[in-house]
Amino acid sequence: MEEFIKQIEAEFDDLKPGILKPESHFREVFEWNSINALILIAMVKTEYDVTLTADDLIKSKTVNDIYSLIETRISK
Amino acid sequence: MALFSLSGTKVSGISAAVPRNLESNMDYRWITKKERESLIKNIGVETRRVAPKGVTTSDLCIAAAEPLLRELNWDRREIELLVFVSQSRDYLVPTTACIVQDRLGLPHSCLAFDIGMGCSGYLYGLSVAAGMLQARAIRKALLMVGDISTLTTSYRDKSTYPLFGDVGTVTALEYDPDAPAIHFNLQTDGSGYRALIIPDGGARNIMTRKSFDFKKIDQGIYRTNLHLEMNGIEVFNFTLREVVPNIKTLLNSTGISLQEIDHVVFHQANRLIIETLRKMLKLPPEKVPYSIREFGNTSGGSLPLTMVAKLYEQLRTEPQQLLLSAFGVGLSWGSAIIETDRIAVPDLLEV
Repeated sequence: MEEFIKQIEAEFDDLKPGILKPESHFREVFEWNSINALILIAMVKTEYDVTLTADDLIKSKTVNDIYSLIETRISK
Repeated sequence: MALFSLSGTKVSGISAAVPRNLESNMDYRWITKKERESLIKNIGVETRRVAPKGVTTSDLCIAAAEPLLRELNWDRREIELLVFVSQSRDYLVPTTACIVQDRLGLPHSCLAFDIGMGCSGYLYGLSVAAGMLQARAIRKALLMVGDISTLTTSYRDKSTYPLFGDVGTVTALEYDPDAPAIHFNLQTDGSGYRALIIPDGGARNIMTRKSFDFKKIDQGIYRTNLHLEMNGIEVFNFTLREVVPNIKTLLNSTGISLQEIDHVVFHQANRLIIETLRKMLKLPPEKVPYSIREFGNTSGGSLPLTMVAKLYEQLRTEPQQLLLSAFGVGLSWGSAIIETDRIAVPDLLEV
C-alpha cells in the first residue's frame, strides 16, 4: 500500500508527499478529470499489469478501493 | 490470423503536407489554464495544424505528391495504382481517388479507389498496395493517407477538440523483385465501434435537423451528433491490451528482434499512450519518434508524417528497418515491419 501511494505521488506533480492516505477520496485530493484518470490507468497497467476500466473508477471512492481492486486482479 | 509477408514492394519515397495555419492549445480558452498545461504535458499536444474551411485531405495529398514525384523523377504515365485512405473524403459521392487521378494527371490505365479507415489506415493501405504490386499487376503506385479531422470536432468538447491536427501524405511504392519483404499483422474488433464514432450522417442514422442540436454530455463536453465522439478510457484500455501482443506476435513470426529495429513509429494518439507502450516494450526514448507535440493526433497520416517530420535524415541517408504500429477507430489495429534504403523524403510541406 505504501508503495502504491508512492507510485501515485510520483505520477502526479501537484500532489505533495504525505497528503494521500489509503482512506483518501481520490476525487477530492486530485483535481479529478479524464486526463488524471488516464494517468492512473497507465500507471496501474505498467506497474501491476492490471486494467482499470471507467466503471472501476466510477465505483471506487478511496485509494484503498483501487488498491483492493488491483490486489484481487493480481491474485486471479 | 492476418499475419502475412509481401515481397516485391519497394518503398521509394514519402512526403507530407500540413496546413500552414497553426493553433496552439495554450490558446484553447474553453478549458482553464491549468487544464491546458496538463493537456500539453500529458496528452502531449501543444500545437496543431488546422486546414481552412474548404481545403480537403486530397488537396494536401496532391500538394505533397508534387515534390515527391519531381524528386523521384517518375513518369506519371507509369503510375497505375492510386489508393486514397481517409475518413474525410471530398464528397459523399464520388470516390475521392478518381478526382485525384485526374488532378495529378495520372493515366486512364490507373486503378484508383478509396479505403475508409482512420488511425490504422496507413498499414491497411500499404498492405493492399503491396499485395497488388506483388501480383505484378502494376509497377508503380501512390498511397495517399490523411485526414482533415479538425472539421468534425466540437470546439466545446475538451475530450476531442484539442487533440487533432490535419495532414495529407503520399508514399511512393514500386515493384522491385529484390525488395525486402514487408511483414504485417493486422487485426479488427468491431464490437468496439462506438468508442470512436460520428453517429449521424451515414445511412444508419440519416442526418436530420436534430443532428445539429448541441447536447451536454459531461462537464466541458458539448457536441452534436455530427461531431466525433470518443470514449477516451475505452480506447486507452483497448490500446494497452492489444498493441503489445500484436507487435510481439509479428516479431515472433518473422524472427526479427526489437533490438534489430532502428525505430518504432507509433500512431500519434497521445503521449501517455505512446509512453506507456514504449515502457511496456522496454524501448529507449531515442528509438521512438514523436510528432504529436507539433502536429497533434493526425489520424491515419500520423505514421508517414512522423517519418517525414522526425526521421527524414535517417530515411534519406541510411538504410532503416522500421516497426510501424497503429491503433484506433474501428476498432482496428496492426503493425508492420518495413525496410527502406535511402529513400526520397522531400521537406515537410506547408500549404
